[in-house]
Amino acid sequence: MPQPKRDPAALDAWQDPSARPFLEIRNVTKVFDGGTYAVDDVSLSIFKGEFFSLLGASGCGKSTLLRVLAGLERPSHGRVLIEGEDITELPPYERPVNMMFQSYALFPHMTVEQNVAFGLKQERLGRGEIRERVAEMLELVRMTEFARRKPDQLSGGQRQRVALARSLAKHPKLLLLDEPLGALDRKLRERTQFELVNIQERVGTTFIMVTHDQEEAMTMSTRLAVMDAGRILQVGTPGEIYEYPGSRFVAEFIGAANVFEGRVVEAQDELLVIQSDATGGEIAMYHAQPLTVGTPVSVALRPEKLRVVEAPPADGRNWVRGRVREIGYLGDVSIYHVATEQGQTVQVQVTNRARRTAGPLTWDDTVCLAWDTEAGVVLTA
Amino acid sequence: MSGRRPFLLFTAVAFGYAFLYLPIITLMVYSFNDSRLVTVWGGFSTRWYVELFRNEQILSALWLSVRIAAMNATFAVVLGTLAALTLVRFTQFRTRMLFAGMVTAPLVMPEVILGLSALLMFVSLEQLIGWPEGRGMTTITIAHITFTTAYVAVVVQSRLSQLDGSLEEAAMDLGARPWKVFLVIILPIISPALIAGWLLGFTLSMDDLVIASFVSGPGSTTLPMVVYSSVRLGVSPQVNALATLIVVVVSTGVIIAGWLLHRQQRRHTGKAR
Repeated sequence: MPQPKRDPAALDAWQDPSARPFLEIRNVTKVFDGGTYAVDDVSLSIFKGEFFSLLGASGCGKSTLLRVLAGLERPSHGRVLIEGEDITELPPYERPVNMMFQSYALFPHMTVEQNVAFGLKQERLGRGEIRERVAEMLELVRMTEFARRKPDQLSGGQRQRVALARSLAKHPKLLLLDEPLGALDRKLRERTQFELVNIQERVGTTFIMVTHDQEEAMTMSTRLAVMDAGRILQVGTPGEIYEYPGSRFVAEFIGAANVFEGRVVEAQDELLVIQSDATGGEIAMYHAQPLTVGTPVSVALRPEKLRVVEAPPADGRNWVRGRVREIGYLGDVSIYHVATEQGQTVQVQVTNRARRTAGPLTWDDTVCLAWDTEAGVVLTA
Repeated sequence: MSGRRPFLLFTAVAFGYAFLYLPIITLMVYSFNDSRLVTVWGGFSTRWYVELFRNEQILSALWLSVRIAAMNATFAVVLGTLAALTLVRFTQFRTRMLFAGMVTAPLVMPEVILGLSALLMFVSLEQLIGWPEGRGMTTITIAHITFTTAYVAVVVQSRLSQLDGSLEEAAMDLGARPWKVFLVIILPIISPALIAGWLLGFTLSMDDLVIASFVSGPGSTTLPMVVYSSVRLGVSPQVNALATLIVVVVSTGVIIAGWLLHRQQRRHTGKAR
């Protein structure tokens, strides 16, 4: 997956222990009337200039958390601070925060220009200044020629850009985006992902985006938080989350993962040996935290980290045997679904290095799959 | 076979429209009748129109009805919109079902009951606090407001419930206070419903005979009351002339409104994409 180029200085703000977070979410909980915890004790620190994503399936509380930040929902507990200032009690119209809505929420009775100018008019800026800023914003999203149109005369992608221009017009300190690309078709979505990142870099505003699309979150964000059932499961850069998922849920939610369950039988420093009924043998895997012998664990392996081999490895560890059940040819790679002798389906991704329409493997072939001691992650949750 | 079906269809349509409009056309034709007898054709004449414009009683009744209808429609739009806003925006309060039922109850309530109860209320109010003094234009207007508000509330409510709730949130997010949001976002968007509600309220009030008869007093005779009583004394062709004028004015209004609406829609869909 290509990653948009980023300013390296913006990348490590959260790694600097002396850096003051720009936005602090402290123990925010939102309980709805029926007693459901939409957001359950969430704490987050987000730094200036970040493109932060809240990622989760629908109903995980990510949108509610965003609405708490916008001031559209009042948290049941907890505080929200921007640059150290408590904004928890501020109504939406007094916050230095703007939001881009999933439905875009363009005012149907106003032209594109008037929509973008709306927020500036509320600030009582001068006429000339408003006109200048509107022109600047329409330029930024390349909508200048549509300034006089009404929203119902625009295509979906154009509306999306007007909504972005309108939410950026007030130069908010923080921009919230609720599924900004959700209503676009696939091709347009991919193009818009890069455009959105470029615009974010140009204006330098801190963005928080809500999305259920993990590919989108991985491509666009500097960091992301995976949410489930109102809680944050893991926060990290796209790379960290993909390569070092902290739990089975995260491993399976972000990308594909093969999970083998087992029990630690040997622990030498950082190298664990795991006896797994799922592979019918031993798995050796590095793990940074010390674990005691006997701990039940699962090992998560990405499909591209498995190798198809002729024969089992000499040491008899880190392999499993199975039969090819499904072949998915994607052009650049092929995905094989292999049913193991132990009854689990394992996904393997193989790069198609040579040009051929039929792969070296075919249905019902018996194959051995092997992996390295650094290929996977050991999960205790 | 294929020739028969359009013929049948055509007959059905012609019959349907004849059923709807023949009575009105007959009435309009007889407004130009020279004869005093409504059912006998005595040649073409516009004398009833001339007499109509000399008839002080009908003209003052018309003026009274128009004033009552306009005032009623205006109040009904304000109250009906408030009720509709409450019903659409606050879906959680405990007596909502009861409130919604009570707002729309006048739609199905017989007019006789509405009129009688309004009369009883005005009489007892007058005995208790001395207001309203007697019955007249004020009492008719109030009685009309009570039942037209229900119609306006239904019309506005259906428009409001189609409104994307995030429009309001977006406006607030961009810095507009709730009152401003209502004025510059909600009101313009629901304005077609407000106009429709106003016209509906106006028509209902113009048209009402039963309720007005209960709560009117000496010197406050509305147009339907004049027409009705004159019909009882023997139909005067003046009534035909009046009815013709009303039909002409109303249909001209409807045609113009329809044309404007059509033009606006065509302009929107024509430019899109």
